[in-house]
Amino acid sequence: MKKLINRPEDAVKDELEGIAAAHADRLRVHTGPNYIVRADAPVQGKVAIVSGGGSGHEPMHGGFVGMGMLDAACPGDVFTCPTPDQMLEAAKVVNGGAGVLLIVKNYTGDVMNFEMAADLVRDEGIEVEPVVIDDDVAVKDSLYTAGRRGVGATVLAEKICGAAAEQRRPLPDVADLCRKVNANARSMGVALTSCTVPMAGKPTFELGADEMEIGIGIHGEPGRERRTLAPAHEIVEALASAILDDLPFGRGDEVLAFVNGMGGTPLMELYVVYNELHKLLEGRGMAITRNLIGSYITALDMAGCSITLLRLDDELTALWDAPVNTTGLRWGV
Amino acid sequence: MSEKVTQEGVIAWLRAFAAAVAANREYLTDLDAAIGDADHGINMDRGMRAVLGKLPGAGEPEGADEPGELSQEGVGSLLKTVGMTLVSTVGGAAGPLFGTLFLEMGKAADGAAELTVAQWAAMLEAGVKGVQARGKAELGDKTMIDALVPAAQALNAAAAGGLSLADTLWGAAEAAEQGMKATIPLVARKGRASYLGERSAGHQDPGATSSWLLMQTAAEALAPGAPAERPGA
Repeated sequence: MKKLINRPEDAVKDELEGIAAAHADRLRVHTGPNYIVRADAPVQGKVAIVSGGGSGHEPMHGGFVGMGMLDAACPGDVFTCPTPDQMLEAAKVVNGGAGVLLIVKNYTGDVMNFEMAADLVRDEGIEVEPVVIDDDVAVKDSLYTAGRRGVGATVLAEKICGAAAEQRRPLPDVADLCRKVNANARSMGVALTSCTVPMAGKPTFELGADEMEIGIGIHGEPGRERRTLAPAHEIVEALASAILDDLPFGRGDEVLAFVNGMGGTPLMELYVVYNELHKLLEGRGMAITRNLIGSYITALDMAGCSITLLRLDDELTALWDAPVNTTGLRWGV
Repeated sequence: MSEKVTQEGVIAWLRAFAAAVAANREYLTDLDAAIGDADHGINMDRGMRAVLGKLPGAGEPEGADEPGELSQEGVGSLLKTVGMTLVSTVGGAAGPLFGTLFLEMGKAADGAAELTVAQWAAMLEAGVKGVQARGKAELGDKTMIDALVPAAQALNAAAAGGLSLADTLWGAAEAAEQGMKATIPLVARKGRASYLGERSAGHQDPGATSSWLLMQTAAEALAPGAPAERPGA
């Protein structure tokens, strides 16, 4: 394992100290329990949005704390969901009297910890609503599994709900909007290499030099199938077909196309992927009216990418365009 | 032999469970590696160490607010504090599940200084119901429920039948063990293991295993003596 760390067990602590040192002007970092809140929290009269998840997916979620997006993020250990005491404390700090939206990715541990946190927040007399994101088409959604995983749509939901909250829309509306983003978004990823969790010290899984894993999860969980590496246009075809068939997306749809790097893939390759995606969607009579290209929901040092498509309407487009000022996403300010 | 479980008895049970989790840390983690994310033993051990740090006579444990803060508060608050400690230290799915088990047991035992067999059975049933509500798993989903529900049923039957504390606790441990072993052929329907589908069959569920340890250590701590030594076993 080669990483720029001191001791594996200190990686998250050292990271949080780094964030605090770098962004004291706009973020407050609390440790024991761990959470990151916007420096001007609580914002009175605004729905507070709290998310969280394991560390190792940066900039998600801490990099999305700020005006127009999240009020608080709760980082867990690497790839380990945070605990309800973190979420409770964070919710109390950011609550501006209009209630708290919890944005939760659909993993068994995350869902249970956030539901438990929601109970605790409610016990404090604070209105709270958890919404679960489950956009990954790679795994089966059925009564017989834990359901689809939450991936790229989380970033889009946090941005769009954040904008709605800034407009002082009430909690039920912001929660409905979160469900609307989730209902209209689908994602799938591919890994070219494994990631290495600092505490584990070795790659999470083995992938041959000429192999890729189609349908990879953001913790290195297996997906649909292992294949021989192929040119970008074939990989994009595989990912996009699964996504397009699922919603389904159709001719005339306007979409936000989000090409996301998994942490170890250069932007150059992400643009190659975007180019293939652009051509493919154009060929199917769809228009990419907004895009996001970069590494925003990562799996440590994994090489690979994910594609998320969100079907847009005027409301979602306007909220996407609204100003945002976080360390990870920033425009209109 | 006293037919009531005292607070000291509950503390002895918690210590025995913590020791069993520590001793089986690698085993639980290996079971989890086969169908999950290979951290169940590590996480449970971290949580039970934190619980130990809050028990009376713990010295100066790391992470405890006040050593021995649980000494004077009654069984209910003792178990509730155990629950909150697990929730904030175990993480993953096991944190809220084991945390809820202890929190709900604590609520059921609220105000009691010691517990009769019937109260013990009612307390465990309340805890198991809490776990079912939190995890939404049913019998046969290949989860901790497969060990806990048979144990709770055995406790209720034993309490209704007026069995001794020892027979009650050992009966529950046996029911949990059978339930745990019965998870081996099952296909997981909850948690990360559910994505494996048929590939999850043939592996014993790690959560059912730690749940069996919980029932087994209750019998060992509160009714010492191997079941084979008891009449009728």
